[in-house]
Amino acid sequence: MSRFLFRRLVLLVPVILGTVTLTFLLMHLTPGDPARTYLGEHATPEAIAALRQQWGLDQPLAIQYLHFLRDLVTGQLGESMFFHEPIIDLLATRLPPTLLLMLMSAVLSLIIAVPLAAWSAVSKSGLSDMVARALTAVFQGTPIFFIATIFILVFSIRLKIFPVAGYGNKPWDHVVSLFLPALTLALGIVPVLMRSLRTALIDALNSEYVNFARAKGLRSRTVWLHYALRNASISGLSILSIQIGFLAGGSLVVENVFAIPGMGTFLMKGILNRDFPVVQASALVFALLVLLVYLITDIAYTLLDPRVRLK
Amino acid sequence: MSEREMTATTASGDIARSPGPLKRLRRDNPQLLYGSLIVGVIVLMALCAPLLTSYDPTAQDFMSTLQGPSADHLLGTDNLGRDLWARLLYGARVDLFLATIAVVLPFVIGSTLGALCGYFGGWFDTIVMRIADIVVAFPFYVLVISLVFILGNGVSSIIIAISIVSWIAYARIIRAEAMVLSSTNFMDALHVGGLGVPRIIFRHLMPNVLSQGIVYAMSDIVANIGVIVTLSYFGLGIVPPTPDWGNMMSEGQPFFAGGIYSLMLIPAVAVIVTSYGLSMIGDGLATALRVKR
Repeated sequence: MSRFLFRRLVLLVPVILGTVTLTFLLMHLTPGDPARTYLGEHATPEAIAALRQQWGLDQPLAIQYLHFLRDLVTGQLGESMFFHEPIIDLLATRLPPTLLLMLMSAVLSLIIAVPLAAWSAVSKSGLSDMVARALTAVFQGTPIFFIATIFILVFSIRLKIFPVAGYGNKPWDHVVSLFLPALTLALGIVPVLMRSLRTALIDALNSEYVNFARAKGLRSRTVWLHYALRNASISGLSILSIQIGFLAGGSLVVENVFAIPGMGTFLMKGILNRDFPVVQASALVFALLVLLVYLITDIAYTLLDPRVRLK
Repeated sequence: MSEREMTATTASGDIARSPGPLKRLRRDNPQLLYGSLIVGVIVLMALCAPLLTSYDPTAQDFMSTLQGPSADHLLGTDNLGRDLWARLLYGARVDLFLATIAVVLPFVIGSTLGALCGYFGGWFDTIVMRIADIVVAFPFYVLVISLVFILGNGVSSIIIAISIVSWIAYARIIRAEAMVLSSTNFMDALHVGGLGVPRIIFRHLMPNVLSQGIVYAMSDIVANIGVIVTLSYFGLGIVPPTPDWGNMMSEGQPFFAGGIYSLMLIPAVAVIVTSYGLSMIGDGLATALRVKR
């Protein structure tokens, strides 16, 4: 296990370096001059030159890149131009809501998708298939922000069950505030998750080990939980981890509709304020977050599936 | 009876006996038929926008704001008195055109790179696929929105931003297909036949593996519509007053909570119906081209 972990971590290094490089290139190889964009069209050449010097943009690209790497390693992500605070401090308050949001939507998507998948795997009627099709049709083409708006209207404004926006102050408030945003995100991945779980469940239920377990006279509940579902959960997990990019990107949209003070609103504020260091740092954190989740699922994979562990 | 007439009668006789192409399509592949119908009608309406409405989609009329549907204004007017039907039609032009254009570039780049990777393998394959790994580490919306910010608002920025991200899916799909095909006798025969490598790749390899990419392109257009609409919703996409379903929804949202639903609902329905139609075409094409999904 530790050897596997080590190998996996070593493999991660070039990818992380790559994401860091890409973030750097994004901000430095683009046609526009960040200093000019930041100061606006009417800035004097002197002001632009001064800002370029302050940001180190007057240095050769390679030097800038080395400085960028050095700053990252030492945890200096620069200072927000708008908030005038170190970005690392801002990130510390911005990350938890986004992490909770993504976790809650992952859990919610499982709560919705697993029973639906189980039902459609056993039901022979066309009804379950129709439900699956309808879900896919409705949620695949509907913009996330529109689903969010409808939820706010129905559950927050009309029924007053959930707060309209924000994050609350106490831990329970956080969970309540994030319920609708998490549900919005979850519905985006339920169709995909359900379809793949259904296929995996049907495969598992038709397998020889399930037949054997049944022949042994195990209760059907045991067969389901310990044989079929456990095996199907492996493919479910991999689908869920692939969807983590969607959850992260979707949280950017959802957070802005629900005004949650997380990474998504942070990035959007950075964009609206032309706050380059903030945009750069948040894009990088989002990417690292996704890579971290891939790593965690890879590890969970080996714990769930003995066959992987043996390799 | 001349030979020509004879063939004509036999041909028409054949058609009379076997069901017509439309009927056959309805029987074998209803999704492709109905999907094409839905999308066809929408595209036609977008193309014929000036014939279907006499209103200018950007003309404001403060004497008739927030009206319901009437003979004058088929779908009513928005808060600035602009005709919603006209805005919907002209918005379709913008969104559909952009969503489709933004598929072409990634399709061409991605499929070509994928085919080259699958055919050659080796260091070229490794480099391209590692770049792909890095780009997809960034959540789609995060990268696209950041890119549009850096490139500046506007149509070309949207196309470039989407292209930078979405060539990867095509590259991966086509690469996998090309790898399989490269190890077949078919490829060996071409080599033995003494054909040049470019000719093999572009004339023989790619035509055989492209169908997967074409099927994916349909869902890619759906994704693009979602991105464009979302970008515009956040004020980062199509710049008002140019009508677009996204900025229509964004402008209609404040009225949504107040009980005036149509401003946001009408463009939303347009997005959903269009996406549904495109997905049906995608599923239908998958069946027709025998592509596994």
